[in-house]
Amino acid sequence: MAEFEPKIVAFVCNWCTYAGADLTGTSRIKYASNVRIIRFPCTGRIDYMLLLKAFDEGADGIIVSGCHPNDCHYTSGNFHARRRWIMFRSLCNFTGIDTNRIKFSWVSAAEGAKWADIVNATVKSIRELGPYTEYKKVAKYPEKEVNHG
Amino acid sequence: MSKIGVFVCHCGENISATVDCAKVAETAGNWDGVTFSVDYKYMCSDPGQSLIKNAITEKGLTGVVVASCSPRMHEPTFRKACAEAGLNPFMCEMANLREHCSWVHEKGEATTEKAIDLVRILVEKVKYNHELTSIKVPVTKTALVIGGGIAGIQASLDIANTGHKVILIEKDPSIGGHMSQLSETFPTLDCSQCILTPRMVEVAQHPNITLYTYAELESLEGFIGNFKAKIRKKSKSIDEKLCTGCAQCTTKCPVKKIPSEFNEGLGKRTAIYVPFPQAVPNKPVIDRKNCTYYIKGKCKVCEIVCPTGAIRFDQEDQIVEVEIGAIVIATGFTVKQPDFFPEYGYGKHADVITGLQFERLASASGPTLGEIRRPSDGKVPEKIVFLACAGSRDPAKGIPYCSKICCMYIAKHAMLYQHKVHGGKSYVFYMDIRAGGKQYEEFVRRAIEDDGVNYIRGRVSKIYEKNGKLIVSGVDTLLNAMPVEIEADMVVLATAGVANEGAEELAQKLHISYDPYKFFAEAHPKLKPVETNTAGIFLAGACQAPRDIPESVAMASGAAVKVAGLFSKDELTREPIIAVVNRQAPPVYSSCVGCFLCVSACPYQAIEKEEIKNRNGEVIKSVAKVNPGLCQGCGTCVAFCRTKSIDIQGYTHEQMYTEVMALLNEY
Repeated sequence: MAEFEPKIVAFVCNWCTYAGADLTGTSRIKYASNVRIIRFPCTGRIDYMLLLKAFDEGADGIIVSGCHPNDCHYTSGNFHARRRWIMFRSLCNFTGIDTNRIKFSWVSAAEGAKWADIVNATVKSIRELGPYTEYKKVAKYPEKEVNHG
Repeated sequence: MSKIGVFVCHCGENISATVDCAKVAETAGNWDGVTFSVDYKYMCSDPGQSLIKNAITEKGLTGVVVASCSPRMHEPTFRKACAEAGLNPFMCEMANLREHCSWVHEKGEATTEKAIDLVRILVEKVKYNHELTSIKVPVTKTALVIGGGIAGIQASLDIANTGHKVILIEKDPSIGGHMSQLSETFPTLDCSQCILTPRMVEVAQHPNITLYTYAELESLEGFIGNFKAKIRKKSKSIDEKLCTGCAQCTTKCPVKKIPSEFNEGLGKRTAIYVPFPQAVPNKPVIDRKNCTYYIKGKCKVCEIVCPTGAIRFDQEDQIVEVEIGAIVIATGFTVKQPDFFPEYGYGKHADVITGLQFERLASASGPTLGEIRRPSDGKVPEKIVFLACAGSRDPAKGIPYCSKICCMYIAKHAMLYQHKVHGGKSYVFYMDIRAGGKQYEEFVRRAIEDDGVNYIRGRVSKIYEKNGKLIVSGVDTLLNAMPVEIEADMVVLATAGVANEGAEELAQKLHISYDPYKFFAEAHPKLKPVETNTAGIFLAGACQAPRDIPESVAMASGAAVKVAGLFSKDELTREPIIAVVNRQAPPVYSSCVGCFLCVSACPYQAIEKEEIKNRNGEVIKSVAKVNPGLCQGCGTCVAFCRTKSIDIQGYTHEQMYTEVMALLNEY
């Protein structure tokens, strides 16, 4: 049987991590291809319902990454994201959502190698955890109707 | 129904080497809403752009997805192309197939699949894009230059000469920076001060330049074209208007034994002091930490001797608020203090000094008036050893990079020593000689061949004292790592060039990025070397990486041109990526319930309360309203809003949820 290839969604900010991931490319550092990046203006923009949506749609793991504390392009968006993450994490723990599947991190525009490391580490740990089928048991939605504009 | 065009770029072979571009285009062509899809070798080229423009007009496209490099690279290019073909530029999105896919993954199906996913995300997003109009904002045509070294001086003069106002701030009492400390400059052996001081004077006298010395940036807010800066003018304890610079106070000050910063601790200065004779402005400041009056409450000798009564002991720091349109950062660098190298015995042996200290010894204005005399006993050293790469290129010391200027200044130092001390012997321990630059290699050869400097390829493990000599113990790697010991009278360490202390705090004040070594990060390593990631803020000189004088000057002129370009227009267009509070028909008016959590979340105070009134002027509802001039588009308010009443253009709820759904569902 082929190795399990997890689907990982990365929610990153435009100014630090997106640029950091660009630098990974410019530096030609290779990393696992399981990750798909979605660009936000700032981690402060990331509504954590989006993370639930990603799990709901079948993601096995999530990376949220922005500027280091104090380095936010918008002064304080990353602090809001961090606070929200702390709350969200307790909520996940309470409801039974596996927080090991969410990697929260800071990657600056100069840390191309760090981005590759984070992706590789996350892919490895999610691969060990296996597909996130448990989520469906936690979130009992009615059968979803697919309707994409 | 959307009519979307997908344009897959090969980027020569940068993308097509690992991604099957034809397959990406073919797959995309089968998706709902995609009416046109094609792959092409260079989408950013003229024919590539024409391909997009023609498709827009011929197929009547309502949205465009260009799958190529990072949007940080070419988004403006493709949005402009769309606009030229009559499509709203904000209906164009880019999928990052190069930096985020082809360059970081191996060739294979998984990589092509990822590329397809990335395109699909954007295709679905673009279906929910709205036509947006750029925002026009006025430009304040005054520049702020931070740092008065050679880079800051050059940038200020260049901007001022284009007819725009410049505010130059310098944290020390005088402008001049490191260049004013240098004895002579490579590769021409020009006297550093002789070429620098005329520029310093020009800055002080230029009608377009306002100079604040002994001043630092307190805070910065705003955005390109419209910054507001607070500058802290540290108290000089003198009234600059009354002071004539007669130097009565500095001669009479009884506190005379403070190590002079300008002379790198090799000379002494008084508590009220002018850092060096050619200082601009040539007016003293009182160093309150060392002044007897501030320590013991009495003395006031300077006040007694001052003929104009310019001393002001009770002067306080002043905060000046200025409005500026652009910023050039030219804060320079510093050298690693050699207490970092216990093995070289700095601090233990007075005659182990830094390269910058040697500059002061060799300088005609220095503590020895240009004679090379060792600090411990004032003797002329008969044997001198120079150590290259003290810290630089040493990952174990946390400085893996090359400090770039040392190879050249060591050759210069050795040459100056040979010129001044006839019969002296000089040795240089080096790893490699890096002399890339016009006439640089020739200069090093001159030191070796004409002046007889002994270059030894190898490193030094330790320096210790024996019978009044400094024993430099190293190896010669060109002689099979043969151990070498030299009995030297003086040792000069070319310590690594590092970022200034406080560089990180400054970067945070300015919201610019910096690299792991705290040097400020340029927007692109090749093509945007003087820009930062924050629009309107530019870099010049060694604050970005170790730089020599010609490079710093070139960078400064480059930054000045960028500023002048910015100031050439009366209005700037800003991307309309801003938050908006929804508006609905009466009786609801807006789904905003007026909790104003967003007001507390906004870092720019861009959200106001708006009262919706009926015809009789009675308030029906209080709702939030975003000031488009202040909003920077971070979207923090969007994630805060309980009723999802605020949305951010370009990253709307619809768009972001669609992206997540599109990513994980294949259809």
